[in-house]
Amino acid sequence: MQTTRDIAELERIARRIRLHIVRMMGVGQKGHLGGSCSIADVVTALYFSKMRHDPADPHWPDRDRFLLSKGHAALVQYAALAECGYFPLSALETTKALGSILQGHPDLKSTPGVEANTGSLGQGLSIACGLAAGLRIDGRPSCVYCAVGDGEIAEGQIWEAAMAAAHFKLDNLTAVLDRNRLMATGPIAERFETGPLGEKWRAFGWRVLEIDGHDMAAILGALDAADDIRGRPKMIIAHTIKGCGVAFAENRAAFHNGMLDAAQFEEACRAFED
Amino acid sequence: MGKQNPREVYGRTLVQMGRENPDIVVLEADLGKSTMSCYFEEAFPGRFFEMGIAEANMTSFAAGLSLAGKIPFTNSFAVFAAGRAYDQIRQGIAIAGLNVKIVGSSAGLSDYGDGSTHQAVEDIAIMRAIPNMTVLVPADGNETRKMTRAMASATGPMYMRLNRDDLPDITPAEGIYEIGPPQLLRDGRDAVVFACGMMASLALEAAGTLAARGVSLRVVNVSTLKPAEDEAIRRFAAGMRAIVTAEEHSLIGGLGNVAAEAMKGMAIPMAGVGIADRFGQSAWSYDELLNAYGLTAGHIEAAVIDCLGRRSRAEE
Repeated sequence: MQTTRDIAELERIARRIRLHIVRMMGVGQKGHLGGSCSIADVVTALYFSKMRHDPADPHWPDRDRFLLSKGHAALVQYAALAECGYFPLSALETTKALGSILQGHPDLKSTPGVEANTGSLGQGLSIACGLAAGLRIDGRPSCVYCAVGDGEIAEGQIWEAAMAAAHFKLDNLTAVLDRNRLMATGPIAERFETGPLGEKWRAFGWRVLEIDGHDMAAILGALDAADDIRGRPKMIIAHTIKGCGVAFAENRAAFHNGMLDAAQFEEACRAFED
Repeated sequence: MGKQNPREVYGRTLVQMGRENPDIVVLEADLGKSTMSCYFEEAFPGRFFEMGIAEANMTSFAAGLSLAGKIPFTNSFAVFAAGRAYDQIRQGIAIAGLNVKIVGSSAGLSDYGDGSTHQAVEDIAIMRAIPNMTVLVPADGNETRKMTRAMASATGPMYMRLNRDDLPDITPAEGIYEIGPPQLLRDGRDAVVFACGMMASLALEAAGTLAARGVSLRVVNVSTLKPAEDEAIRRFAAGMRAIVTAEEHSLIGGLGNVAAEAMKGMAIPMAGVGIADRFGQSAWSYDELLNAYGLTAGHIEAAVIDCLGRRSRAEE
């Protein structure tokens, strides 16, 4: 697919993706607005700049893969896949409807472009590791990217995967940790501290990069830098704002899986409409 | 009658399949010298993954390998394969229908010394309840060999439980295992025993003893617990005066339920030989433990006689 390195263009795409997220939320329906918006810039950079993939051929064996281990942020992945052309934009209106190709959490049998079933937290990184190992056996050039939540890493399986990725030297694996500092019920620092992050991942054998997860140039820079790191898995800790771009929802746990009223919906749409 | 160890047969079969199919990969959680995945490790180190004592990660990792086109076989004791990794199997593998083969070793009470923490009495129930899963229980070494091959040939998530002990050969060495149909091991006129795993050979033993007492027993090996072929089970049950199921598993959710579900509406007295809703425990020998839990040929025999008696009483 045609990708771009134009920062302004990527920022425009990220705005469209956030607008799709808000529209998928709609009025009076619960949805994962906060975590979808916090990782939206990273997801945009991956699908529209970094990854080699072909929406016309979703099963192209040499494609790069993106797994959303924090599967509850499915809205952002659906918006990106639709913008890429994996399925019509109109399908976004059916999100979570009975029989829709867009389920509440990523489902590979339902949705073109989704690579794994994720959302039972802590499992996506393990799946990404196995996928990276399998691609390496066949000598494929593909990279595997995996977005993990900072609340999610309380799951013990994350650290099993962290050990395995380092043990098997999976350097075709790059994870992005969405460091938005909020879990479903409040601040991670108060509710259940999962840090210190850099030290932990380094101790588990990963190369760690830290960036502002809303700075498109920094995101691209880190993804490029990850290419040159050999012999170990890479973790990009992306410092983000939960609900980023939706002013009233920013840094508020209530919008982890909340609903918008009509006025909030209008305000959120206006923020991203050109 | 010859005997073979199902784990040994399984381990050797993996190696043979590995030679024929470069997509076969094997994962282990530090029990390779017991599950016998160690043979595959020796033969194909590049396609063997020692995952450490981390069954959850092993299982999801296998999901990833299958997404790369591999045919992964995961190995652990049945109690961990089906229990500890339940959520990984359900969420990452079964919902997507991924081609992952899960092998639960030392199942039932066969790890007699290690006690309840290591004895899987409910693994069949857990795996049967998951949509998209195929659940297999071989009765002997020969069936283990053919079943292992069938798992690799067919697509989709599958669970196979293996006994730790040597088992007598009661199924043919040759041929191809077909997932689904129950197999007639011995025909009879009065009553039928549906058995799986090591209970199948005990059912044959019971049939021999009962013949001397004038009772003609049919023995059917139900080694595919899911998808079960209800029609075939009903055909084997038709005309019988008693039906007994025999399994080294809880009476909740295993073969007894499979048979009962298949035979809805058939008015034939039925009894189940199995583990009565309790955990295992340690013992100095497997036989001692099986006897204490009511899992012997004698228990099958008694269940058949009791069931036939109920029928007679009902007819009086």
